[in-house]
Amino acid sequence: MTVEDLQEMAEKEQTRQQQIKHRILYCSAAGCVSCGSHGTRDALTKVIKDAGLEKECEILGTGCMGLCGEGALVKIQSDDTLYQRVDESVARRIVEEHIVAGRKVRENLIDQTAPFFAAQVKIVLENCGRIDAESIEEYIAAGGYDALAKAVTELQPQEVIEEIRKSGLRGRGGAGYSTGLKWGIVRKAKGEQKYVVCNADEGDPGAFMDRSVLEGDPHRILEGMAIAGFAVGASQGFIYIRAEYPLAIERLRLAIKQAERLGLLGNRILESQFNFRIDIRIGAGAFVCGEETALIRSIEGRRGRPRPRPPYPSEKGLWGMPTLINNVETYANVSPIINRGSAWFAAIGTPKSTGTKVFALAGRIRNTGLIEVPMGIPLRKVIFDIGGGTPEGTEFKAAQTGGPSGGCIPAQFLDLPVDYESLATVGSIMGSGGMIVMDSTSNMVDVARYFMDFCVDESCGKCIPCRVGTVHIHGLLDKISRGAATTDDLVLLEELCMMVKETSLCGLGQSAPNPVLSTLRFFRNEYEELLHQPEVFVPSGDGRDNPSNA
Amino acid sequence: MAPTASKSPHPSGDNRFKLLDRAIAKHQARGDALIEVLHAAQGIFGFLEPDLLMYIARALKLPLSRVYGVATFYHFFTLKPKGEHTFVLCTGTACYVKGAADIQKAVEHRCKTKFGETTHDGKISLVSARCVGSCGLAPVAVVDNSVAGKLSVQGAVDQIEQWQVQAQEVPA
Repeated sequence: MTVEDLQEMAEKEQTRQQQIKHRILYCSAAGCVSCGSHGTRDALTKVIKDAGLEKECEILGTGCMGLCGEGALVKIQSDDTLYQRVDESVARRIVEEHIVAGRKVRENLIDQTAPFFAAQVKIVLENCGRIDAESIEEYIAAGGYDALAKAVTELQPQEVIEEIRKSGLRGRGGAGYSTGLKWGIVRKAKGEQKYVVCNADEGDPGAFMDRSVLEGDPHRILEGMAIAGFAVGASQGFIYIRAEYPLAIERLRLAIKQAERLGLLGNRILESQFNFRIDIRIGAGAFVCGEETALIRSIEGRRGRPRPRPPYPSEKGLWGMPTLINNVETYANVSPIINRGSAWFAAIGTPKSTGTKVFALAGRIRNTGLIEVPMGIPLRKVIFDIGGGTPEGTEFKAAQTGGPSGGCIPAQFLDLPVDYESLATVGSIMGSGGMIVMDSTSNMVDVARYFMDFCVDESCGKCIPCRVGTVHIHGLLDKISRGAATTDDLVLLEELCMMVKETSLCGLGQSAPNPVLSTLRFFRNEYEELLHQPEVFVPSGDGRDNPSNA
Repeated sequence: MAPTASKSPHPSGDNRFKLLDRAIAKHQARGDALIEVLHAAQGIFGFLEPDLLMYIARALKLPLSRVYGVATFYHFFTLKPKGEHTFVLCTGTACYVKGAADIQKAVEHRCKTKFGETTHDGKISLVSARCVGSCGLAPVAVVDNSVAGKLSVQGAVDQIEQWQVQAQEVPA
């Protein structure tokens, strides 16, 4: 396939889509599937068939449409109407009233001018909920693989790296290292074979951004990885994905097959000299494998145990060769930057944190779902405008970001801009994008204990501070919750946290105490209320009443 | 060892080993495909018994200690048989904040079994997952492969009771 063929294919698909009167999209991401969106699809198909409208209508399954709490979601693309809670009877009404009679079904209509939609800026998720996730033609019609074509035919690898560097894109896995710099290091590193790895081991409980992107727009990741491979000089890529995401794995497999068939992956991509293959490696449920050195060991078929850095994977990674590791969302940002230019991307967000960030909004909040906001947006806007605030009768208490490695942001920092540096100043991290909202019903000591329980389970056992320290921190938190702890225990807890933080080998241990330290910092009173208060003893003076003298 | 009609690569004559061999051949019996092969083996056999691990170690030319080490390191692999029904409770943060702990207590009480174990009669396995990624529907459980969202304590207990009643009606 040549670049001309690609353009021709895009035009052909666009014409085909324009000829269809009604494109009915149903959300086929995990959230809506759990709400029965397959039943909705079957009902839509049946009613349309009964009404003899098969030629005018097309029904397709898309990626996440965002408002996961109100599924199943259905969209009529021709007039951009979005429906919520579409069960089989609503599906029938949509066809009979909207498609046939042209009247919208008011009861299930979602107002798309509401802040939930209006305050978002979509780059990573621009195709999610708009195209059929299982069709490469639709991706190409939406401008897909244009960036890869541009890179391999018009640009030099150095120019691609320069463009990414100038865009200011930073790693979306949480640490926020400059993507362009990382690519440059891998390009310069010496090695006969180089690898590109996509970290899709989204382990933070409460985070489902990567899964949604992989399920809704898998080709975007393949294209981003191929461009990265071209830039750093790699010919082999791996996607390391959790076994818990069967749908995403299935869609990725299909997408790789489709791309290989069209010559967009494999040998001589788009008739150029560039070869690039992508294989999938499935994780097996170990949180520590999100850490890059552990991830490498796992791809090599060993236990996922981290090793000290340096050497960094960009110099010595998979099988000792230079390896580029980026997160799913980082790769998803690559093709828009190549297509539209670094200046366009750098203009979004703040000067130091450019672009957008996808968050999975969940917990005690009205609108749960997947959102994408420009960097630097005030937290208040995310929680109250987009999220709709906490459920009635309760008060916002804190937002937890970064999962078990992150911290809580209390109400007094609601006006904080959401970017890498600002979140760090209040002791939290950007993380990969899970945002769990807690309200007055949540007990913060319990939350800290919950995260520590997670870390005890997930510690790989290689270094002692993490293996033993987490167990003892958990024990102390347990003691505090039971009301059996004293002020001394609280001091011990803080000391232990600092020790684990400073002496652990990898990111898991170094960040494990964060939820405890952060809740201690802002909600110390909740800990102190639980402390055991020994009865105040007043010595009478002669020493006889003093039990220590007895 | 009675010879079977179609020859199994394993002396037990179990034909499932043929499927496993195919999976191993797909990866050219490479040692670095160990995790992939274990996934395939668990998919075919349901769980990884010691004999199976030995078979894999031989086929991939790896020390048994490596195979056993990997199989026990990852949570996804199980060395014990699973119950007839599985109740996977999500204990992700969103589910936790929305009361998964109460469901956990109630279910454990009803089954007289802790999460991570199977009931004595081998009927119900209780599994806790770190996050199934359906946080919008918290609290969530995966009940025999179908996701049950916005679950209540009563809903969970009802499901367990239904299985227990079924088990009594059809004695194994």
